[in-house]
Amino acid sequence: MKSVEEIKSAIEAAVPGAGVELVPNSSPSAQHSLLLAPEKAVAVATFLRDDAELAFDFLSNVTGVDWPEPGYLEVVYHLYSMAKKHGPLILRMRTENRIDHVELPSLTPIWRSAEFQEREIFDLFGVVFTGHPDLRRLLMWDEFKDHPMRKDYVDPDDFEYEPTAHDAVLERAIEHRKQLSVSSGQ
Amino acid sequence: MDNRLKIELERQGIVATTLQELYNWGRKNSVWPMQFGLACCAIEMIATTMARYDLARFGAEVFRSSPRQADLLIVSGTVTKKMAPQVVRLYNQMAEPRYVIAMGACAISGGPFKQGYNVLKGIDRYIPVDVYIPGCPPRPEALIEAFIALQKKIAAQPLTGEGRPRHLDADAPGEFPVPAFGEHDLEPPANESVWHAPLTQIQGT
Repeated sequence: MKSVEEIKSAIEAAVPGAGVELVPNSSPSAQHSLLLAPEKAVAVATFLRDDAELAFDFLSNVTGVDWPEPGYLEVVYHLYSMAKKHGPLILRMRTENRIDHVELPSLTPIWRSAEFQEREIFDLFGVVFTGHPDLRRLLMWDEFKDHPMRKDYVDPDDFEYEPTAHDAVLERAIEHRKQLSVSSGQ
Repeated sequence: MDNRLKIELERQGIVATTLQELYNWGRKNSVWPMQFGLACCAIEMIATTMARYDLARFGAEVFRSSPRQADLLIVSGTVTKKMAPQVVRLYNQMAEPRYVIAMGACAISGGPFKQGYNVLKGIDRYIPVDVYIPGCPPRPEALIEAFIALQKKIAAQPLTGEGRPRHLDADAPGEFPVPAFGEHDLEPPANESVWHAPLTQIQGT
């Protein structure tokens, strides 16, 4: 397979103004990834799939990352090529912020296998995928408002019975007891 | 009647019993579970019914596909918050007398997923549970043990007065409120008439 730098220059040659950035990975795995500009992401993805030499025809995994600092949501795609037997190529996309500008283009029209995984990221991280054919919550119920995989998610206060509480659970259990004694006026 | 006299009479070919004993003997030996599995515990439940462990020896071989025909709900696995209303609804659809076995760590407390955002911390928050089986998952022997415990419980139920089965008690609740999907959690998070937080000492309070 071409190196990530070579793939980056191939993308820039094929898609004018692609705005692809290299995200280096300094760990021993040296698995560098490409950060795509959301507005050009569909064109870049189409190129990666249809280019005869690269032929990334298999989307293996889509996942999300929440970055409270500096404040954006990230989506990570892992691509492989069945035809050329190479991979993975890692793509990233970032939202503008974590509050109201959380739209990213859906890559489901390019790789059908992204459908459920993008729905899961929509459910758990709150990234809105524009162009997704069926963007509904996947794991939680439709009435649910929160995004449980975000770092600032606070789960419901049902810590009334913790027989073997320790660490974070112990703190929540103590907090629950305090609130209970405040509300009952003791 | 004196138990020794009863045994002596039985030796002579005379069976002395009470209506209550006869009635409960019939009930305890034909408990039909519902064909309903939730997670990996369901695999153990299926193994329990198969030839090696053979739950049929205890009169429970017929797993009914309809809650209307079932007497026993085996909550076999993790109850997610998304599934909990359906479990309560199925329990509501069962006819009295009905019993519940909470099978495995998840069904009794949430188990390894207890702190998960989507896992109910025990089905006993919404419906009354008769027998709890710990284990992850419990072995088929443990389910049989629980089943025998349930049979003993049924055999000991008086037909009148305190502790009688709910189908003989006009005031007993027939329907249990189905929790609604809320914006952050199930609403209500527990049925107050069924479940109270056990009193535990917590370090630091």
